[in-house]
Amino acid sequence: MDFLRPSTLEEALAAKSAHPDAVPIMGGTDVMVELNFDKHRPGALIDLTRVPELARWGPDGDGVRLGAGVPYTRIIAELGEHAPALAQASRSVASPQIRNRGTVGGNLGGASPAGESHPVLLATDAEVELASVRGTRRVPAREFYLGLRRTARQDDELITAVLLPRPAGPQHFSKIGTRNAMVIAVANFSLALDADKRTVGTGLGSVAPTPIRAEEAEEFLAGEFDWDGGAVLDEAVVRRFGELVSSVARPIDDQRGSADYRRHAVGVMARRALSWSVTDYRKSLQDPRGDARCA
Amino acid sequence: MRVTFTVNGEQVSADDVWAGESLLYVLRERLGLPGSKNACEQGECGSCTVYLDGVTACSCMVAAGQAEGCEVRTVEGLADNRGEGDEKRLGTVQEAFVEMGAVQCGFCTPGLLVQTDDLISRTVGAGRGVPEDAEIREALAGNLCRCTGYEKIIDAVRVAAERESAKAGGAA
Repeated sequence: MDFLRPSTLEEALAAKSAHPDAVPIMGGTDVMVELNFDKHRPGALIDLTRVPELARWGPDGDGVRLGAGVPYTRIIAELGEHAPALAQASRSVASPQIRNRGTVGGNLGGASPAGESHPVLLATDAEVELASVRGTRRVPAREFYLGLRRTARQDDELITAVLLPRPAGPQHFSKIGTRNAMVIAVANFSLALDADKRTVGTGLGSVAPTPIRAEEAEEFLAGEFDWDGGAVLDEAVVRRFGELVSSVARPIDDQRGSADYRRHAVGVMARRALSWSVTDYRKSLQDPRGDARCA
Repeated sequence: MRVTFTVNGEQVSADDVWAGESLLYVLRERLGLPGSKNACEQGECGSCTVYLDGVTACSCMVAAGQAEGCEVRTVEGLADNRGEGDEKRLGTVQEAFVEMGAVQCGFCTPGLLVQTDDLISRTVGAGRGVPEDAEIREALAGNLCRCTGYEKIIDAVRVAAERESAKAGGAA
């Protein structure tokens, strides 16, 4: 097994092109588990921690371009305003030591259906930037997850960044597990309201072979939501939203939870995320310059 | 491959390191630093916690080659040279753990010491005062202890933070 240490993005892309079966390693929090337990032995590891571009974030149009190698600890500290739901999700990842190392790029590379980033990227309509020696392309997160741990990334491509649109309304993330730390989600959920476009985004994790959206629930809520006044929603609307979210789940029974529990839990999380979002939305209407979503 | 980095202020090298080998393995088996403990090998337990370029990490989840040129500080580096001659004296966190009975079998202790040292430098050391219990529990959430039930560990963290705060002359 080779250990490749590119120090520029160009070198990294050349290495991935020359060794398409090589596994990129950044925080190592997934890759090293596989190696320590000898579950998987790739032909080579490509250490990406020395590629400076990957560890940066900055403005991109209206939104933010987040380098694939920025660890969760920095997302929490630096991106709470630009990507509130992603910062919330980052806070729920594992433990401080893991958050110091783990990255959104790694989450996308592994593409576990339980990964914390995925529901947020789906709900907020983020894009994934993929690069290879052939060039760079941006794939909507909503088209990125193809099957169980299978994504739109080609073998010679590296995940270099995610593009996070500017928040145009409340965003929330919620996760269920047996304790607060060190938990692989039994189910997780993200909701994002876009007050400019008057659309709703959802993302569900750990309830299907891939992270998924609840499109019918999104359309239903976009139609029922009081975008002008932010009126508190009828209980029947909230209940229906939860039911529509639950209805797209295709969970399995496993050691972390039963399929029935997951289907139920994701509906409960959807209703809660909705009530938090209505509260945020009403606050932002009362004090638009205070901008509750940046609090 | 050969890997060269700094451990506790000293430059070290290890030869014939396998590409998939962890930093933890290199520290324990090649460099004679067995303080960092090997338990879960999957980032669950925190017993192998070290500083890597000033940030705490589970050394079982760092590929040794990633540490090339980096600065590593292990539990062995927490004692300082305050004693006479070369005599090492325990750091504030270590003394507090001993005094408060925060150690039983001791296996989780090295990781807890490093993670606590980091918490105190990010709070007291950054002028933010002594951390509240919620922040202590959150900081140590990735360190498992099978013996103590954590209460005496949390007591020790509080005592260490208060002593560091008093040393800094800060109002906690």
